[in-house]
Amino acid sequence: MAAKIKKRRKRLKIGGTLFAFLVYAFIYTPIAVMVVFSFNDQRINYYWKGFTFKWYEKLFTDSDLLSYLWLSLFIAVLATVISVIIGTIGALGLMRFEFMLKKVVNTSLYIPVVIPEVVMGLSLLMLYESVNMPLGVTAILLAHVTFCIPFVVIIMRGRLAGMDKSVEEASMDLGANRLTTFFKITLPMLIPGIMSSAFMSFTLSIDDVIISNFVSGPTSTTLPVKILSMVKVGLTPDINALATIMVMVLLLGIILNSVFQALMKKRASINIKTYF
Amino acid sequence: MADVIVELEKVNKYFGQNHVIKDFDLRIIEGEFLTLLGPSGCGKTTILRMIAGLEDATSGTIKIQDERVEDKEAYERDVNTVFQSYALFPHMTTYENIAYGLNVKKIPKQEIKERVREMLEMVQLMGYEGRKPDMMSGGQKQRVAIARALINKPKVLLLDEPLGALDLKLRKQMQIELKRLQKKLNITFVYVTHDQEEALTMSDRIAVMQEGVVEQLGTPDEIYKYPGTKFVAGFIGESNIFEGEIISAKNGILKVAGSSGEKMTLLGSGFDEGEPIQVCVRPEAAVYSKEPKDGFSLKGTVRNIIFVGSQYRTLILLENGQEVKINRGRKDRDIKEGDVVYIYWEDEDGFGIRKKGQETQK
Amino acid sequence: MNEKNGITVKDKKSWFRRNGPVLSTTGPISVWMLVFVLIPMLYIIFISFMTRDVYGGIVYDFTLDNYKEIIQPLYLKVIWKSLKLAFITTVICLLLGYPLAYYIAGKPSKTAAKLIMLVMIPYWTNSLVRLYSVNLLGATNGPINNILMDIGLISEPLDMLYSDGIVVIGLLTAMLPFSVLPLYASIEKLDKSLLEASRDLGARPHITFLKVTIPLTMPGIVGCVLLVFIPSLGMYYVPEALGGGKVMLIGSLVRNQFLVTKNWPFGASLAILLVLMTLAMVWIYTRVSKMDDLEVF
Repeated sequence: MAAKIKKRRKRLKIGGTLFAFLVYAFIYTPIAVMVVFSFNDQRINYYWKGFTFKWYEKLFTDSDLLSYLWLSLFIAVLATVISVIIGTIGALGLMRFEFMLKKVVNTSLYIPVVIPEVVMGLSLLMLYESVNMPLGVTAILLAHVTFCIPFVVIIMRGRLAGMDKSVEEASMDLGANRLTTFFKITLPMLIPGIMSSAFMSFTLSIDDVIISNFVSGPTSTTLPVKILSMVKVGLTPDINALATIMVMVLLLGIILNSVFQALMKKRASINIKTYF
Repeated sequence: MADVIVELEKVNKYFGQNHVIKDFDLRIIEGEFLTLLGPSGCGKTTILRMIAGLEDATSGTIKIQDERVEDKEAYERDVNTVFQSYALFPHMTTYENIAYGLNVKKIPKQEIKERVREMLEMVQLMGYEGRKPDMMSGGQKQRVAIARALINKPKVLLLDEPLGALDLKLRKQMQIELKRLQKKLNITFVYVTHDQEEALTMSDRIAVMQEGVVEQLGTPDEIYKYPGTKFVAGFIGESNIFEGEIISAKNGILKVAGSSGEKMTLLGSGFDEGEPIQVCVRPEAAVYSKEPKDGFSLKGTVRNIIFVGSQYRTLILLENGQEVKINRGRKDRDIKEGDVVYIYWEDEDGFGIRKKGQETQK
Repeated sequence: MNEKNGITVKDKKSWFRRNGPVLSTTGPISVWMLVFVLIPMLYIIFISFMTRDVYGGIVYDFTLDNYKEIIQPLYLKVIWKSLKLAFITTVICLLLGYPLAYYIAGKPSKTAAKLIMLVMIPYWTNSLVRLYSVNLLGATNGPINNILMDIGLISEPLDMLYSDGIVVIGLLTAMLPFSVLPLYASIEKLDKSLLEASRDLGARPHITFLKVTIPLTMPGIVGCVLLVFIPSLGMYYVPEALGGGKVMLIGSLVRNQFLVTKNWPFGASLAILLVLMTLAMVWIYTRVSKMDDLEVF
């Protein structure tokens, strides 16, 4: 029978799965190490000594890491809000209107996406120095907004391209002005896009090392920049503990999100059923 | 008996739990134009793909020229396919597309050149060598797809609804061209379509499929005139179907009583008295008039006479509520909507279908 | 005069009515991008032609010295090494990422979405902590060396840290998740009937791969190269965390000119070099993806 072919197909399939597994293993090994060593009972982590919670204790009682984390979160939230507002409205405008500088603006939107972050960082540093702006929280925030906006625009453009424009026209035809139409029609339709660009901006901001490194001041630094300065002398395990907590929060968020969406779908299907 | 070129025996195919092909038997004869006809989801494309080697049969045997091919990959089989959406390589020119099969077989460049030229001439695409697929019309892409398959001189050419994306006029034209090509090259064509008219026009034989089995296999003429099952009668052309019971079967003439006792007559052998039967008659074969005819008592009211272009279609409502469609070439002056008429036909125009069992009445 | 005023007012109103929506939507983003992106970029170009004074300040004298300095063997070596490591990283990313993306694209869409999510999760964890884990793993008295010595494969611990190899692994840790995305996007878009057509026309799997799959997923491949190669050049914290400062790459060189030695004009010229390399890659990318746009209907 077709035994030979079936065997070959099966072997290929197993090979593929094995390969994928190995790549995933490669991607996840550093994270596994991080998690394991956050529970390891020794300061310099080269081998397993024993299970402990003490790094988590230290993190919450005797560590300045949390203050860097709060600053990072503060900047990330603000940067997300600002860049999503400017980016979303900007994407709408760039899509609908023609104006003199449009080409220039479009080009400058691509620059932060493609050029190495080092160049972004030093260009902002030079800007701040030339206008004598002090480095620190504001400088970091402005920098983060700058590299988040292009990603928001890219995501929103994708959403807007797939949107039915006639719905807006119908709204205006029914007597709503531009502003009402924007808030009642356009904005609700853009919510999924806004959510994903906010997620994108937040993760870009919270994990940024290079650009923040250029523009952060001696006293105010984000968590990644702080970790960078510690890497050379060796990270303490409380950082592992902090990173582990952050991964767990992220995972929880993803799981909650998918559960929420499954529930919404179920509710939607029940609604449809009651209608028919 | 002509040579069998493709033979499928007890072929089964499951997609997961879905049993799409059921104990499928089919013998395709060398040089014929065979059409697999059926509604979407009947498994016709799956059969084609299993012959091509693009799909593995779950069980059963497939032979091409008496050689079992279940263990051969698609690239090892001497059959080629014309895909539904053409599947032309978008990054290659017409020339490169057509030459592809020869190129991968490492045929000398000079020979490839000659054979591609031959093919371009045959499908009338001279001068389009350098074009890429997105610069060509649907009809032209179609020709490239056919040339790309035929250049390999396949033993069997498989065509998966190749004309589905073309507009009506082009489709008619391509039907004739394909048929001409097949006659000229004398290659076996296995053609998949859901368009019964296309199947009737082009095929030497038609296999009407439903739910993974062949309902009826025969020439277009046979299939049209003597549908073996109610499904075939309904799928190929239009039919009026009357449920009834045989009251007499003598000398090949059947007398049938309908569900409310209406009398009908038709030719048919092999039926027994008292047997339930479905009597079919084509709309263009049935006639009606104000006077009843011997052997018939189908009485109804004319509800509607519609001009449908080449003919007039009359809808008649029988007393039991059934609607009968009758086509005629011209309009009767003396029959209007609301008139009571009698329906009948020539004995040989009616045909009976057994309620159980799948054989024809011939 | 009244008449004149009336006209002006009317004009103003209609000007605002005409341009209000444009200004209010595109105004903020345009200003932001011009101030924080375009002007600084132009400023770098300008500075790269200026002279540095002894105190690390900038003297506004035009010079080409900063570009001439790049050609010094010391710096050329750094550039060469950066290009080499970025190239190796990119190739490995493709060798690992392409088959993985292909594998994921072959799964039903729901499973594929989950597998892609699984690829992206590490990207959302702090990259420095991940790098440090690599550092721990590869240390002389770290787990890998311990295990290898325990099972007797080696007698002396391997000196993995501070080598080009570990820098490449570090770059991979940071880059691999990102590289799978463009590859997956283009493989998923690939019309599977084209692969079947190739198979049907007698092409063995490797021929189909070379002649159909690769050319048609070229935008994804170039996209991946773009996403891996460029950042690899600039990611100075990877060699710093893993190479212990022994492996100097162009990113670190640029950073040092600004944050350590304060030679801004020279740093700017190095930055311009980086930008030029980037532009070259982007140019190739647009060529390839445009080709794709034309070809796939």
